[in-house]
Amino acid sequence: MAKKGDWVRLSAVILAPGQRAPQVPEDTALVPLVQWVKGWLEEDAGIGQPARVRTRTGRLMEGILVEETPAFSHSFGSFIPELLTVQQGIKEALWRREGRP
Amino acid sequence: MSSADYSAVMARRNAIMKSAVGLDYSRFESGGIGFDYEGLMASTGLSMQDVLAVMKDFNVGNTPLLELKNITALARKYAPEGRGARILVKDEACNPSGSFKARRAALSVHIAKKLGYKGVITATSGNYGAAVASCCAKAGLRCIVVQECYDSTGTGQPEIIEKARKCEALGAEVIQLSVGPELFYVFLRLLEETGYFNASLYTPYAIQGVESLGWELARQCEAQFGRQPDAVIATNAGGGNLTGTARGMMKAGCRAPLIAASVDLSGLHMASDGQFNRKSFTTGHTGFGMPFTTWPDRSDVPRSAARPLRYLDRYVTITQGEVFYMTEMLAVLEGMERGPAGNTSLATAFSIAREMPGDALLIVQETEYTGAGKHQNAQLDFARKQGIEIRIGNPKDQVPGRSIILPEHPGQVEAKDLDLSRLRRSLLGRALDGAAEMPGEADLDFLARETNADPAFVKTSIQQILEDRHETTR
Repeated sequence: MAKKGDWVRLSAVILAPGQRAPQVPEDTALVPLVQWVKGWLEEDAGIGQPARVRTRTGRLMEGILVEETPAFSHSFGSFIPELLTVQQGIKEALWRREGRP
Repeated sequence: MSSADYSAVMARRNAIMKSAVGLDYSRFESGGIGFDYEGLMASTGLSMQDVLAVMKDFNVGNTPLLELKNITALARKYAPEGRGARILVKDEACNPSGSFKARRAALSVHIAKKLGYKGVITATSGNYGAAVASCCAKAGLRCIVVQECYDSTGTGQPEIIEKARKCEALGAEVIQLSVGPELFYVFLRLLEETGYFNASLYTPYAIQGVESLGWELARQCEAQFGRQPDAVIATNAGGGNLTGTARGMMKAGCRAPLIAASVDLSGLHMASDGQFNRKSFTTGHTGFGMPFTTWPDRSDVPRSAARPLRYLDRYVTITQGEVFYMTEMLAVLEGMERGPAGNTSLATAFSIAREMPGDALLIVQETEYTGAGKHQNAQLDFARKQGIEIRIGNPKDQVPGRSIILPEHPGQVEAKDLDLSRLRRSLLGRALDGAAEMPGEADLDFLARETNADPAFVKTSIQQILEDRHETTR
């Protein structure tokens, strides 16, 4: 259970599948337009429950609580052997031809 | 209270934009096809010196112009005897927010503050969000960045997630959305709700900010190499980078040809939920480059100040694999980790330099910061997990959305020319809209400038378009 004042992330459906813009491709028309925001929780709420937050710019926004104390976890990814091969090849293409190691 | 219904909000778009950019576009309209483009650009009332002063105030600009001697040396090994221009790069990653977009943001945020707005909103999944956040932080204004970030399974493009992180790190509020052009609807509602300034990428302020880049590179080239460059390459998406750079170069008296470069993402639909995460480049690609070049007024303001077809002398594409490859080359031969998306023009330069004489100067006019999520390793790992085939081979065999092919050797980095006449005719077709008659002289003159083509070409092309239409409706 997240407490009032906790930093959380909400999601909300902005447009349901039937309300999508007429020009969207078929696959997009079949899914809702979803929005995610972060803010300080206005009242206690649990994951999956409706909640309200006050955002960084001081606006009140509503949605479903999806994450408490949200953090970033993006990275440099797993090992890509092709990049190592490419690096070596580039160095060799310049330096080996010039007689350097 | 006005209706929040999708079509009701979209119908109010011009009124919302008018109050959100502090500019009445209607006074530049002619009532016909054309409008007073130069009048729109001059409406900022700012001289180049004023623009440079604003840049200085935000610690933006004055980035170094660096010579890439090792990359040049390697290009010459794959060029005919005596060919291989000296490749120079404007290291725009040195801007506070890590890209040239800082120039676009600085002038917009400066104007927002001057006009008394309490905050600024921008709709972007790219480096521009961080640029606006950075300038707002310095100006003490509130900032909201709206991003298209996730597909319907909740999978986010790592590069866009990194940009969200950076915006938040700079104090901005980030609103993330799933795939779809209705981002514009959310954006309009936010503008209405907050009364903030729309830091559109396409206002005269944004483009005039980029003019400082063209101005600087011309002046620096003169100072460091004693003469003007022989060609300049700019990555093209929405057209602002190219337009601003060209105008700035002209104001500095530089007439070097300007080459536009985009990453080839042909065949992928930009608004498709299923294809959203099958591309590794979130900007600088043909998915924006083509539509915005052939119809600039599709942007978020009534008339776009970014009109690339007026300024480009040549337009080429390059593949994702070639750009990743050149990003590695920049790291291991020049000791600079940048990009990858910002290296689209660098990859192009490696190809075009080999056509040019050895004493020519070729300027790549940007770099961008790199990091977790953005880095080519992160991008390729993500692509592989989306089922994209990653291999070393001939990059010409790539199929956007299915494969990414890293070249086997530097000689395989080769830009592909687009047919400018076709792009010009496409713009003319759009400009004519449903018209059945030849436009008047004023509009023909406008279209000749708009397409950077001679009036005879414009007239003949329009005649052809009208005849074709007549044929199909008969």
